[in-house]
Amino acid sequence: MTLLVADIAGIGFWARGLPSWAAACDYVRDGSLAEAAPAKPSPQLLAPNERRRAPETVAVALDVALAACEAARMDPASLASVFTSTHGDLAITDYMCATLADDPRAISPTKFHNSVHNAAAGYWTIGVGCTKPATALSSGDASFALGLVEAMTQLASGETAVLLAAYDNQSPGPLAAISSSEGLLGGALVLAKPGDASVARLHVEFLNTRAPMAPGPLAAHLAGNAMAPMLPLFEALASGAGEAWLHAGPSQALRIQITR
Amino acid sequence: MPPLAIRAFTATTATGHGRAALARALREGRTGLRRNDFGDAALHTWIGRVDGLEDAPLPAVLGQWECRNNRLAWMALQHDGVPEAVTAMREKHGAERVAIVIGTSTSSIGATEEAYAGLVDGAFPPDLARPRIHTPHSLGSFMQAATGLLGPCVTVATACSSSAKVFAQAARLIHAGLADAALVGGVDTLCGSVLYGFNSLGLVSADPCRPFDIARNGLSLGEAGGFAVLERGDDADLLLRGYGESSDAHHMSAPHPEGLGARLAMADALARADIAASDIGYLNLHGTATPANDAVEAAAVAALFPASLHASSTKGWTGHTLGAAGIVESVIALIALSEGLLPGTLNSHQPDPACGPQIRMQADTRKIRHAMNNSFGFGGNNCSLVFGVGA
Repeated sequence: MTLLVADIAGIGFWARGLPSWAAACDYVRDGSLAEAAPAKPSPQLLAPNERRRAPETVAVALDVALAACEAARMDPASLASVFTSTHGDLAITDYMCATLADDPRAISPTKFHNSVHNAAAGYWTIGVGCTKPATALSSGDASFALGLVEAMTQLASGETAVLLAAYDNQSPGPLAAISSSEGLLGGALVLAKPGDASVARLHVEFLNTRAPMAPGPLAAHLAGNAMAPMLPLFEALASGAGEAWLHAGPSQALRIQITR
Repeated sequence: MPPLAIRAFTATTATGHGRAALARALREGRTGLRRNDFGDAALHTWIGRVDGLEDAPLPAVLGQWECRNNRLAWMALQHDGVPEAVTAMREKHGAERVAIVIGTSTSSIGATEEAYAGLVDGAFPPDLARPRIHTPHSLGSFMQAATGLLGPCVTVATACSSSAKVFAQAARLIHAGLADAALVGGVDTLCGSVLYGFNSLGLVSADPCRPFDIARNGLSLGEAGGFAVLERGDDADLLLRGYGESSDAHHMSAPHPEGLGARLAMADALARADIAASDIGYLNLHGTATPANDAVEAAAVAALFPASLHASSTKGWTGHTLGAAGIVESVIALIALSEGLLPGTLNSHQPDPACGPQIRMQADTRKIRHAMNNSFGFGGNNCSLVFGVGA
C-alpha cells in the first residue's frame, strides 16, 4: 500500500470561540474557550478596507494560512498552495442566486469575481506576492482529505513545502436547508518533506474502507460546519494521539499515523 | 517527468458531439456560436450552446444528479472510446486504482439559480431539493456514480484553468503511486451566473468573439464537456509530456500586465517535458478575445517562442467554455498532434500590434511532435500543458 510521508511544519486554526491553534489545543486539553474571542477573523494580509469587505471564507482562509506559515517560520511567497472547501463561499452563492432571480443586471462585478471557488487562493497569492502554483478543490465531505492528498503528492513531485488551507462558512437563506453548514471554520497546515524541524510527521494511506468515527471535543463543538471532517486530524495533533482517520469519499478513508 | 499514456480523449462543444464534429468544424472554419437564446436571452451576445441537452435526461439510476451540467457530463462521456477505456482501466488495475480528477468553474449552480427562481414559501421546490447538486463537487460525485471508479475523486475549481490543472493533479497522483490511471476532464454549462457575471465586468462582446484581432471587444461564452483517460506508461500514440502551473500574484480578474504568470507556467511545462520552446509545433492559446488577456498573452508568447511557432485561439469555434476550456483545448492540441490539423483563429482578420508572428489567423496542415495548451483563470491562476506523440 502506498504511503505518503510529510512533516507538519506549522498549523493554523480559526473557529468562533477558538481563534488560534493555541486556543484549539487548550480546548482539547481542558475544554476552555478563549475569553472575548473575536467574532470574525481579521486577516492582516489585507488592507483594512479590504479586510472589512472580504468574503468570510477568504478572511478565515487567509488568517489560518498566514498563522501556519508564521508557525513554520516560512516565507508564504515560497510555498505552493492547496485551498479546499466543501461549498465555497455560501453567502456569495446565496447573493448570486438571489440577485439573478430578482434583478440579474444588478450583479456586482466584485461579488462575481469573488464567487469563484479559487477566490481565497487568488487573494492569498496576491496578498503574499506568491507566483507559485495555487489550486482550489472540493470533494464534498471528503474535501479536506483530498486536499491533503494533493498537497502530499505535490511534495512527492518536487515541491519542498506546500500550504494546505481548508474552510467553510455559514449557509444562509434558502440554501441553509440544502447545503447545511454552521459557523465559520478554517484550518491550515504547512507540510514539508521529511526533515528535522517538524511538529509531527504524517504517514498517510488511502484505503477503500470507511473511516471509523470517534468524535473528540473539537468535532463535538464544531460538528455543524461543512469542514468538520478535517477535525479528527487536528484533534490528534492537539492531543498527541498516534493515529487519525479522515473520511476520503463515499467508501474511502485516509489512515494517518502520526509520529513526533 | 515520466510521460503518461493517453488512452482516449473526447470533447462535446457547440460544434457538435464528440471530437470528430470538433475536428470537422475546425477544418471547415465553421463556428459553433449562435445569437444568445439561453434562459431569458436578454443579453445581446453570442454563445456556444450544446444542442440536444434539453432532450437528454440522465438514466433513471442517476436521476438524483439530474441537472444541465451533469447531463452534459453524461453526454460528453459517451464518445470516442472513453467508456471502453475506463472499463479497460478498471479491469486491468482495479476500480480503486483509477482516480477521477475533474474540473469545473460553476459546476451545477444553474440548478441552484433555478431553485431560487422558483422558491416555494422560501424553500427550494421539491424537485430541486437535492443537496448533492447544489455544491461544487456535484460534478465529481456524479462522475464517481456514473463510472463506478473507487480511486481518489476530486473536483478542481480554479475558474478557467480548472480542466487543464486536472492533468497536473492526475499526473501527481499516478507518479506518487496512489493510482495507476485516471479519468480527467471538465464540464461547464451556460447559466445566469456566468452570463450576467461576465457582463457585469464588461467582458462580454455583442458580436462573435474575435481573439487577437485589433477590433476585439470581449468574449463569447460557451458550454462544453470533455474527458481523457491517462495511464502510467509511454506505450501510446499520444502522451502527456509536461505541465506547468503558476500564479500571477496581481489581480482577481485582470492578468499580470507583463504576463509574468503565463510565462512561468509555459516555461515550467517545457522544463517538465524536458524540451525546448522551439520543439512546440502548435500552441492553443487561452485567447479569450478580451482586450487585456490577448495583448498580455501575445507578448508572453513572443518572449518565449521562435517566429516559426503556429499559435492560435479556438474560442471563435466554441466560445469561452470556462472550466471546460482546459480539456476542450487539450483535445484540440491532441487533434493537432494526431491529424496534423493546426487551426487558425476564427472571426479574426487584423492582428493586434501586440501579436508576434506566432499568432496565426489562418489554418495550416503539418505533422508536429509536440503541442501546448494554455489555460488561465481568475485569481491569476495559470496552467500550461505539453502533449507529444509516442516514440
